[in-house]
Amino acid sequence: MAEVKKYEEPRIGVFVCHCGTNIAGSIDVKAVMEYASTLPNVVIADDYQYMCSTPGQNKIAEAIEEQKLTGVVVAACSPRLHEPTFRAATKEGGLNPFRFEMANIREQNSWVHMHQPEEATAKAKDAVRIAVAKASLLEDLIPKSVPVEQAAMVVGGGVGGMQAALDLASAGIKTYLVEKDPTIGGRMSQLDKTFPTLDCSQCILTPKMVDVFRHENIELLTYTEVEAVEGYIGNFDVTLRKKARGVLTTEEAEARGFVGGGCNGCGDCEDVCPVIRPNPFELGMSPMKAIYIYHPQVSPLIYTIDFDSCVKCGLCVDVCGDKKAIDLNAVDEFETVKVGTIVLATGYDIFPVEEKHEWGYKNYDNVITSLEFERLICASGPTGGHLIRPSDGATPKRVGFVLCAGSRDNTGVGKPYCSRFCCMYSLKHAHQIIEKIPGAVPYIFYMDIRSFGKMYEEFYYRIQDEGAKFIRGRVANILEDPVTKNLHVNTEDTLLGRPIDVEVDMVVLAAAVQPSEKTEATRRLFGVSCSQDGWLLEAHPKLNPCGTTTAGVYLAGVCQGPKDIPDTVAQAEGAASAASIPIHRGEVELEPYFAVCLEDICAGCGMCVNLCPYQALALVEKDGRRVMQVTEAKCKGCGTCGGFCPGGAIRMQHFTTPQIVAQIDAFLLGGEQ
Amino acid sequence: MADENWKPKIIAIICNWCSYAGADLAGSARTQYPTDIRAIRVMCTGRVDPLFIMKAFQDGADGVLVSGCHFGDCHYLEGNYKAAKRMFLLKSVLKNIGLDDKRLRMTFVSASEGAKWAKVIEDVVDTITELGPSPLNEFAR
Ligand SMILES: Cc1cc2nc3c(=O)[nH]c(=O)nc-3n(C[C@H](O)[C@H](O)[C@H](O)COP(=O)(O)OP(=O)(O)OC[C@H]3O[C@@H](n4cnc5c(N)ncnc54)[C@H](O)[C@@H]3O)c2cc1C
Ligand code: SF4
Ligand code: SF4
Ligand code: FES
Repeated sequence: MAEVKKYEEPRIGVFVCHCGTNIAGSIDVKAVMEYASTLPNVVIADDYQYMCSTPGQNKIAEAIEEQKLTGVVVAACSPRLHEPTFRAATKEGGLNPFRFEMANIREQNSWVHMHQPEEATAKAKDAVRIAVAKASLLEDLIPKSVPVEQAAMVVGGGVGGMQAALDLASAGIKTYLVEKDPTIGGRMSQLDKTFPTLDCSQCILTPKMVDVFRHENIELLTYTEVEAVEGYIGNFDVTLRKKARGVLTTEEAEARGFVGGGCNGCGDCEDVCPVIRPNPFELGMSPMKAIYIYHPQVSPLIYTIDFDSCVKCGLCVDVCGDKKAIDLNAVDEFETVKVGTIVLATGYDIFPVEEKHEWGYKNYDNVITSLEFERLICASGPTGGHLIRPSDGATPKRVGFVLCAGSRDNTGVGKPYCSRFCCMYSLKHAHQIIEKIPGAVPYIFYMDIRSFGKMYEEFYYRIQDEGAKFIRGRVANILEDPVTKNLHVNTEDTLLGRPIDVEVDMVVLAAAVQPSEKTEATRRLFGVSCSQDGWLLEAHPKLNPCGTTTAGVYLAGVCQGPKDIPDTVAQAEGAASAASIPIHRGEVELEPYFAVCLEDICAGCGMCVNLCPYQALALVEKDGRRVMQVTEAKCKGCGTCGGFCPGGAIRMQHFTTPQIVAQIDAFLLGGEQ
Repeated sequence: MADENWKPKIIAIICNWCSYAGADLAGSARTQYPTDIRAIRVMCTGRVDPLFIMKAFQDGADGVLVSGCHFGDCHYLEGNYKAAKRMFLLKSVLKNIGLDDKRLRMTFVSASEGAKWAKVIEDVVDTITELGPSPLNEFAR
């Protein structure tokens, strides 16, 4: 391997961490340290209780100076946790930070071999030997600084996305807020009141929606979806699909020369439109025209045509008249914007609870979901706030609330996780019927009541005092009386230890939540991972709950996992703060793991060019022959080209072939290479 | 051939973003699994040069595991597809030189699949233990 730049004499320092008893509990740290001191190139080996502490880090810096080290190995936790820490310590001691290598003897050793101290110690010795082999071949690398585009994007305009956009914009950053629906607001705008304070949801949300619409730094892009994403932190190119809305804003009308035209939200078009279809915002419980707004508080206040149902009769165009707001021939438009950082806030959907056949949702008229309850109890909802039984329009007196409807369910049909806000909103619902319907009795069927937040437990006591009946047991099935359409809720009362059958007029299922429909497609566009249930995966559950493993992409709200409004808003503020840091710094450092062409060896075959997913490679003419050339700004350092080049002409910095081969040899040949 | 105390030597080359993170998660969850594996971290399985695997077998490895992200989840879009193709080809090469191709395995373990990682290691260790020492062992230096 011609390109090996062997240092005259590598001088490696090895530091083995006890991590209290986390490592030392199953690995003989002293033995590993002593073994390390016998390895080729190792000039100093040491151990310490906590290598990441200040004295631990000082040991590294001091050894570099005293021993003139050329490379540092720390055997401790995962490099995914503390590589940055120890790189900084290496730099502190005067070495290039990339002359550091970590041996993972905690996450991938002591913690997974807790009862095999001998084997674990042997494995740790191997890991140290492998790391020393690599460290002996490490080279100075200079991270590349790139400027950061002075703009951010938020995807999803629920309360989480709105808060993130407002914070970013108020910090002086130009922010694109992309929402797939015709209006922002998300699920919160479908709620009537919010626990535990019982604030009216729309009253606290609408002003925020107006702030978003008016903010000079926010470019609100509703009815828009992300089509493609290219680039990396600091320099994302996001292509947006602006779905054909068929209605022009005043600005768009002006751009077409209709000064003073554009949609003013008068709604005359809606009156004349002949097409009637179910309103998805009201969960199909009220009608809507082909040209529509979801509800009066939408932001922006502009109509939208649903071209799937529009018959293009043109009546709306006529009634709209001089405003010339309607364009029946509109088509999707595409726009690419440049942003430095991105916050994802794509929220949730309701689990299709009809899949739990035993509760009869969609089969029995009087079984509804909690979200339907929110619309039915809401004064601006389809019934003007009168809770009625769908079967006969009567006011229900006995209402059963079935908690964990599809949550905490290991049958394979529902979701294994807790949806977190159902207990609390069901208590809220119980309160609402007691308040609104004289003599009404809520029956709450629960497994546990999880009232975990501030003032939540107090709210629970209050609902108990108000007379709600609590029955502890998972509902086995619900049966409908075919004549009265009343429902029999069958469960075991686990406190009494006997089966019971409670007859009610109506059942409300607190259905589980799941990631919103487009989450999977969206996360793939942004290269973000998900957890097993499909929720977007944070970079670290404790230390980086707003970040993702894709630098420059952050998470806010329920898309990361079920959470109520206070937690959503808090996370959104965290995500906005994290997303503003690179923008305010103005530049980011990229890890210098680029591909480098070894021109002497390159045969100019061009096989690598098509392999690169980022079009970073090209063939160029140099000194009369063809060689490959890398565009560093495009290369992300995956190594796919380097893993393929038949002649070994591509050097992957920090993961060079000699380095990896040395690791393999060190393990299998005992390092005597 | 193998003595009672024989333990397989297995090397795992795993990507930073999915399988390495999944292996770390198995650790945080204290999911126990066999000790007979040594991991080398690369940024993406796309980096895995067939040469590395041949070198490992030449050096006397009894098994090699390459593990990356699920298809569609690769941090670099498609490195794992390229790697999977190479591993497929490599398996036929192994067969041609008389090595059981079960000694080379590619798996896909995401950052949230700690339990799956442990399962994969159990499987791999079982398979290799059953196959016994690599016939190339005697040539390894
Ligand atoms: C019945 C019920 C009652 C509740 N009551 C309360 C309560 O009283 N108090 C409380 O604190 N919490 C309550 N909650 C929880 C509350 O709804 C959530 O905490 C909150 O809505 C989360 O906001 P979000 O922004 O994360 O997600 P969402 O509100 O779901 O918003 C996500 C937004 O992103 C958009 N979007 C999705 N995918 C894309 C995409 N790919 N591109 C562009 N846009 C996209 C969606 O259209 C939506 O506008 C209740 C929930 C339910 C189901
Ligand atoms: S053209 Fe379409 S949107 Fe307009 S009135 Fe006719 S059906 Fe309704
Ligand atoms: S390492 Fe090679 S294949 Fe990967 S991004 Fe860089 S040039 Fe492209
Ligand atoms: S990053 Fe995991 S396989 Fe490519």
